[in-house]
Amino acid sequence: MTLSDLATRLELKVYTAGTPLERPVLGGYASDLLSDVIGHGRKDDLWVTMQVHPNIVAVAVLKELAGIVLVNGREPAAETLAQAEREKVPVLGSRLGAFELVGRLYGMGVKGS
Amino acid sequence: MSPRAVVDRARAAGLDLIAVTDHNTTENAAAVIEAAAGTGLAVLPGIELTTAEEAHILGLFDAGADLGPFQAEVYRNLPDIPSKKKFVKDQVIVDAADYVTGFSPRCLFGATLFPVHDAVGLIHGHGGLAIACHVDRESFSLVSQLGFIPAGLPLDAVEISPRLTVAAGRTALGPFDPLPIVRFSDAHKPEEIGCATTDFLVAAPSLEEIRKALAGEDGRRVIPS
Repeated sequence: MTLSDLATRLELKVYTAGTPLERPVLGGYASDLLSDVIGHGRKDDLWVTMQVHPNIVAVAVLKELAGIVLVNGREPAAETLAQAEREKVPVLGSRLGAFELVGRLYGMGVKGS
Repeated sequence: MSPRAVVDRARAAGLDLIAVTDHNTTENAAAVIEAAAGTGLAVLPGIELTTAEEAHILGLFDAGADLGPFQAEVYRNLPDIPSKKKFVKDQVIVDAADYVTGFSPRCLFGATLFPVHDAVGLIHGHGGLAIACHVDRESFSLVSQLGFIPAGLPLDAVEISPRLTVAAGRTALGPFDPLPIVRFSDAHKPEEIGCATTDFLVAAPSLEEIRKALAGEDGRRVIPS
């Protein structure tokens, strides 16, 4: 499944322009502590978080994540958006809270480790 | 920041006392202390510790303290993060808001293994003062990370970031009584030094005097801004 598929099926808003949405999503990770994502995130995971500050982009690059979904309708900070587009990290958003979003992702076959 | 530049900027800004508080290290303080020798500017060694919950806690120490054991304990509890080939810079590059402008994985994302209470205990155990950093910020603050400042956490003060006045901070966040509120520059570049300051009524620019001022002892105090 690609980010694009998930975005369509879950009605996710795509914040970043020019980022690769055809990336495959091979799994998922949900956490709001960056040190935790660094420790447990896997390559091509979709990261579900409420953190909107620019360091999330650095983490996504470091762990080669498929992309980031912000929950509760939260929007990326301006600098976050700029860095994400520079680093080609897709940042999307959902009006859902993390629990509901993760549940729906799981139901679509996006699993954790 | 070059120690000389730090000292020059601090003196130009009219400061009597500064502390060097790098993220998760005290090792650069000695150079600044040395550069300030004979200038009339007092410098304290310090640290901005990242707790396991990713809250920042300031540790301020006596100018003559041997921080080797403290630093060793910090490094023992700071997991090493494997770096990517792409990120080869040695320097940690962050802006004044602690956000990444350049990538250097180990230092930037170093959250120690110390929960907040242990971080405060470690600082106190080595004779330092523990101050909750920029509690008004939406990230890396005790309030953002823990939801509120835990009752009974033996902090010496809470810090408001430069973006708010102390009065506005009290209004926005509610009273922190009995903890005193301080406000520092959190400068990551020389030009930011002095952008926010706190006045203390003390007999000398030393850690012990600051401790008394924060506790309101012996006539020493924080001068309200």
